[in-house]
Amino acid sequence: MGTFILRRLLQLLFVLWGGATLLFVLFYLVGGNPAERMASGGGSRNPDPQVVANLEARMGLDKPRPQQYIDYLSRTVRGDFGESFRTREPVIDIAKRRAPTSFRLAMWAVMIEASLGIGFGMLSARKRNSVGDYVTTIAAVVASAIPVFVLAYMLRQLTGVYAYQHNWPDWARLPTIGMGDDRWILGFIPVGGTWRHLIQPAIVLAAVSTAMLTRITRTSMLETMRLDHVRTARAKGLGEKQVMRRHVLRNAMIPVITILGIDFGTMVGAAVLTETVFNLPGLGSQIVQSAKDLDMPVVLGLTMIVMFVYGLMSLLVDLSYAYFNPRVRLGDD
Amino acid sequence: MAEPLLEVEDLTVSFRTDDGAVQAVRGVNLSVQAGEVLAVVGESGSGKSVTAMSLLQLLPPTAEITGRVSWQGEDLLSVPPERIREVRGGEIAMIFQDPLTALNPVYRVGDQIVEMVLAHEKVGRAEARKRAIEMLDLVGIPQPDRRVDQYTHEFSGGMRQRAMIAMALACDPKLIIADEPTTALDVTVQAQVLEVLADLAHRMGTAVVLITHDLGVVAGMADQVSVMYAGRIVESGSVDQVFDATGHPYTSGLLASLPRLDGDVDAPLLPIPGQPPSMLAPPPGCAFNPRCRWASEEAGCFTVLPPTAERSPGHRSACHRADELMAAGLLDRLAGAATADVGDRGAM
Repeated sequence: MGTFILRRLLQLLFVLWGGATLLFVLFYLVGGNPAERMASGGGSRNPDPQVVANLEARMGLDKPRPQQYIDYLSRTVRGDFGESFRTREPVIDIAKRRAPTSFRLAMWAVMIEASLGIGFGMLSARKRNSVGDYVTTIAAVVASAIPVFVLAYMLRQLTGVYAYQHNWPDWARLPTIGMGDDRWILGFIPVGGTWRHLIQPAIVLAAVSTAMLTRITRTSMLETMRLDHVRTARAKGLGEKQVMRRHVLRNAMIPVITILGIDFGTMVGAAVLTETVFNLPGLGSQIVQSAKDLDMPVVLGLTMIVMFVYGLMSLLVDLSYAYFNPRVRLGDD
Repeated sequence: MAEPLLEVEDLTVSFRTDDGAVQAVRGVNLSVQAGEVLAVVGESGSGKSVTAMSLLQLLPPTAEITGRVSWQGEDLLSVPPERIREVRGGEIAMIFQDPLTALNPVYRVGDQIVEMVLAHEKVGRAEARKRAIEMLDLVGIPQPDRRVDQYTHEFSGGMRQRAMIAMALACDPKLIIADEPTTALDVTVQAQVLEVLADLAHRMGTAVVLITHDLGVVAGMADQVSVMYAGRIVESGSVDQVFDATGHPYTSGLLASLPRLDGDVDAPLLPIPGQPPSMLAPPPGCAFNPRCRWASEEAGCFTVLPPTAERSPGHRSACHRADELMAAGLLDRLAGAATADVGDRGAM
């Protein structure tokens, strides 16, 4: 297994390099000169050529592009992601400031996704074609069809405006922006009023994935229930609960785990809409803003972090396969 | 004769489908004495596996079962679910056709046997594990103390089915239902696996219901035979009676399609022409009539369901013309070869 992990980590390095290169190239294809953009105050005045030249020198944009590329790579390898073109803040500091919110949000969203998605999926499969199954199916379709920002604004309107107008109890009146005190135990368990800030964005971020996972769990359970070894388990005289828990659930979880892992990776870096609506300082919204500003070091640095997390998650998923499915051999060959 | 261990009376199983109800089993009677091996023989689709599954109610919920399944005097079709669970594995164990899919791929083989023991006996985990190793040893799996911790994908086909037999015997059941236990195996290991099953069942005094389409298997292992066709038992009796004094044209056809190693080895094998009827709309009269060379209007083969009648003590068959054909020796094993004129008639 050690070799397997090592090999996968090496692969991940390769992926990161590829991603960095692609972003670098894209940046130049998109065009636009960050120095000019800055010197012109975002295009509001004609930039002073001298200022532009100074800025270019500072950013290293005056060198030939291959040289820039090599400089960039060698800096990155040494763990130096550079500093923001705009604010001169080191990218690593931006990441440290932004990442915790993204991770916490993704973590709670995945927890919501896992508990509701697997729970309702199982229920739906066990009571197939019951009223509960139909309601779950319809709810899943609706939830996956509502755009994230619509759901977010609807929730905010409900808990932040309607709740106050109609004297709802305190617990149902929720703050609609920011993370409040932003206090946590162990880095991810909200303390005091923080959960009131966390709960809505987590639900919004989880909504679509939860709906998908419900459907996938249901399908996977139904497929597993039809398998011969489940019949064997019944023929052994096991109770229905044991049959489900031991012989259906574990076999049915294999695709579900995959989805959960990938969803976490996606949520860390691509929660832009949720972060924007709830005004949360996460990685995704920072990447989008920096891309608009042509702030290349920030975009590249943060994207690399997101890619790394994504790669790590898929490695974890593969490792969990070995637990859920002993037929998978983690190639120590 | 003592009271039978298992007595099935007028068992019917139908499945609701979009095209209407499929009558897979239409009034089956079976009887198994303690320690005896009963073979249920038939082609694919004759309802033999469905019969086997219905005894322990292992069919999907779309199946409707009626009749009586009397287990030591207790009707299994009307007992509460907890009682059925006690019977499953504890008193009646099952062996399935394909051990690769019938065993759970994500659990160790030993754990699956342990689970069976724990479900039925008040023993600790260590004790159950010891039993699992003993059972694996008993069915002839080498190095059972190592094999017990392996997964099914680390076993060969024959070994898997041995493990399945070990599991079935782990709680010392009174009856084993083996549903085509060798069909999915390589020909080379089929005989070994059957031998293990027959030998252990004999030593432990376990009765066996052996579902098979292989008459060779029947001849080697069974005491009693029931031949199924289109959801009914068309002939039943001891192996000698059914093989040597065949009382139904279908059985006769099955025997004629079997290669023979005694007598004329070069004699052509005679297939039964045609195929089993659709169970959505079985033909009126005798279900075998479209494929039967002896079917006749006068005897009522096309209109009247043939009643099951005793041909000799313990030997029954359901054919309008059985007595007449048997007397003329036309159903004898070699008669098929002598009067093989039916081959072209049936070639679909």
